[in-house]
Amino acid sequence: MKRGGVVELTGAEIFVQCLQDEGVEYLFGYPGGAVLYIYDALYKQDQIRHILVRHEQGATHAADGYARSTGKPGVVLVTSGPGATNAVTGIATAYMDSVPLVVFTGQVMTHLIGDDAFQEVDAIGITRPCVKHSFMVKDVRELAVTIRRAFHVATTGRPGPVVVDIPKDITAQKTDYVFPADPTLRSYKPVTQWDPQGIRKASEILLEAKRPMVYTGGGVILGNGADELTALVRWLGAPCTNTLMGLGAFPASDPLFVGMLGMHGTYEANMAMHECDVLLAIGARFDDRVTGDLDKFCPHARIIHVDIDPASIQKNVAVEVAVIGDARGVMRDMLSALQASGRRLDKDALAHWWRQIGVWRARDCLRYDRDNVDVIKPQYVLEALHRLTRGDAFITSDVGQHQMWTAQFYHFDKPRRWINSGGLGTMGFGLPAAIGVQLAHPGDTVVCVTGEASIQMCIQELSTCKQYDLPIKIVNLNNRYMGMVRQWQEFFYQSRYSHSYMEALPDFVKLAESYGHTGLRIDRRGDVEAALKEALARRDRLVFLDFITDQTENVYPMIAAGAGHHEMHLSPDRELA
Amino acid sequence: MRHIISILLENEAGALSRVAGLFSARGYNIESLTVAPTEDPTLSRMTLVTSGPEAVVDQIRKQLNKLVDVVKLVDLMEGQRIEREMLLIKVRADNGGERDEIKRLADIFRGRIIDVTESAYTIELTGDGGKLDAFIAVIHPRRILEVVRSGVIGIARGEEIACRLSA
Ligand SMILES: Cc1cc2nc3c(=O)[nH]c(=O)nc-3n(C[C@H](O)[C@H](O)[C@H](O)COP(=O)(O)OP(=O)(O)OC[C@H]3O[C@@H](n4cnc5c(N)ncnc54)[C@H](O)[C@@H]3O)c2cc1C
Ligand SMILES: Cc1ncc(C[n+]2csc(CCOP(=O)(O)OP(=O)(O)O)c2C)c(N)n1
Ligand SMILES: [Mg+2]
Repeated sequence: MKRGGVVELTGAEIFVQCLQDEGVEYLFGYPGGAVLYIYDALYKQDQIRHILVRHEQGATHAADGYARSTGKPGVVLVTSGPGATNAVTGIATAYMDSVPLVVFTGQVMTHLIGDDAFQEVDAIGITRPCVKHSFMVKDVRELAVTIRRAFHVATTGRPGPVVVDIPKDITAQKTDYVFPADPTLRSYKPVTQWDPQGIRKASEILLEAKRPMVYTGGGVILGNGADELTALVRWLGAPCTNTLMGLGAFPASDPLFVGMLGMHGTYEANMAMHECDVLLAIGARFDDRVTGDLDKFCPHARIIHVDIDPASIQKNVAVEVAVIGDARGVMRDMLSALQASGRRLDKDALAHWWRQIGVWRARDCLRYDRDNVDVIKPQYVLEALHRLTRGDAFITSDVGQHQMWTAQFYHFDKPRRWINSGGLGTMGFGLPAAIGVQLAHPGDTVVCVTGEASIQMCIQELSTCKQYDLPIKIVNLNNRYMGMVRQWQEFFYQSRYSHSYMEALPDFVKLAESYGHTGLRIDRRGDVEAALKEALARRDRLVFLDFITDQTENVYPMIAAGAGHHEMHLSPDRELA
Repeated sequence: MRHIISILLENEAGALSRVAGLFSARGYNIESLTVAPTEDPTLSRMTLVTSGPEAVVDQIRKQLNKLVDVVKLVDLMEGQRIEREMLLIKVRADNGGERDEIKRLADIFRGRIIDVTESAYTIELTGDGGKLDAFIAVIHPRRILEVVRSGVIGIARGEEIACRLSA
């Protein structure tokens, strides 16, 4: 077997060896014919922990949650055909939010490819529009270097999912294994340097600002730039807003933070966007949920944009200064340049700007009927959750109203604590994502805030939670409606609630119990806090909290799709003049 | 505006579909696309003609550059260039007058008759797109049996090397 220090291994053994060499802790997967040699090789080792999910979508979301909460790549193994197609939703979810995943799909034997063989799909073709890159391994001698490259591409530059398709025969063939030292590809050169000119120009513009605004997104979190952002914003003394993906990059408890912006952002954040004279955008992609009507977007601002992906720049919004580079490094250099200038922003102008922001803040746009004791307001549950976890939990969510309320009411002070699907908006994400987060952070509190519709999309993963003893807390804000759909129907379709009522709901308490967990149903406002306390105290168990919430509550503020930032709707009792 | 984008692409299965998929997924316009291997067997040369507002073409270039299989990309419109396209056209030529007329037109355009039957001529013509269009326009539509165009290829003028893998 051993010849002069070189070891001969099968493809399956090489696969395992490569993952070990990459430092992979967890592999989220599901077996099937095309990957049985690999499963056999996994059986013979104990370094990589394989997590057996109940559906391949769950594997990709779990790996995604692991990746978002740690910054390390999430790794997935699925079989050919239906295994690969089931994984697609999770791959697309990761792609839209730029999450580093490496997804291995089994493939039929090389000589059968293209023959409509049993469980054959063109996995590379099906995933092509939603991957950063993909590889098909055609020769066992290429396997190791391909895996190394897959990790390199997934984790560098603007991160993203990479698919590696491996035909079954490759995993049985043998070859010499040597660790491929060089993962680089001649055709792939992620940005590692940036233009000092751009930084200088940006600093000049910032120093002249009278109404500065800092708008940051997922890129600051992906690039681990939270500390640099905090230092920069504090030096500027400027208001800071985060996108849904950027929450936690700047501490929500800091007075300079004006909340999330965009469709369901705060009044003060959106008004400050509308009125600012200099906008510093970092690691954010001017998504349509953020900008609203582009013609009315930041009408008075000179815009500076920092992003690692040249294609994000000048894509939706024309900017005056663009710096293509890593958020963290660029912010560091920008702060040095500002400090070296010996100048500060105009103090009086800033004070005037903050007075204006204070007026907007005073609208208290997130106010809700807090004193109502007859029903459980979803916002009340989230405020209690925030208080009882001291704002220090990892929170995953699904998609809908509960997601927006979590973003508004759970004030994130740290990055990588808020794990949600923003770009694709994938219902079913929350629970499997929580699995990945809890595995990565075994001692920490992990809460999945969900809705009765979303949770049913990957409910089978309750079984995975049992198998691996994951003490996740599920906060189901059960309004018996696809609330977000209902809200749009109320506003834009004259309250015709077409197919958005959730009939025939399961008894979630019994359901949780049948999976071996604890379930609690809470339908009185007075019981909310005690139930949360009890659940959080059960550090050894998954607790499913089924909160029966107000069915008619809507998410405010709201900017209708296509409107401007200043055309926001507040809740009905405080509608803008 | 019209742009001619010259790309060096990894000569790998799937690379072409990534480019084509990008254009269909993002709704970009492709006027023509040609691909062939280069002197380096690991690379293909793709020449792509597209048009659109500057902001869209800017996105097209950036999105193409983002594809991992794209090794190098140059927009030939940024400098002096030579562009060529080949036309193969089969025309009806079944009486003496017609045959002479077509031969004369082919000569004027510096085309070559490359296949002859009793009733048809096949003519080969190279030039820029405008020249090929002009040639097709002077032949009566009823005589045209089949038209095959290669799509545009282009190269920078003079000593400039627009798009080569640097050593
Ligand atoms: C129901 C629902 C409602 C929503 N409502 C809102 C809303 O009200 N407000 C809101 O903000 N969003 C909302 N969203 C989310 C929205 O759809 C987008 O996902 C989100 O706005 C995009 O965030 P982002 O701009 O931070 O970009 P991301 O998708 O996080 O993209 C990150 C950007 O950073 C760049 N980047 C990556 N790494 C680095 C690095 N190291 N350095 C520099 N740059 C880097 C990338 O190239 C990219 O341009 C909603 C989603 C749903 C499902
Ligand atoms: C897979 C998927 N299908 C459909 C949608 C459209 N959608 C967005 S929110 C929503 C309703 C979610 O309902 P629920 O989980 O109960 O959350 P709520 O809005 O009530 O808090 C739907 C159907 C989606 N985002 N994802
Ligand atoms: Mg609901």
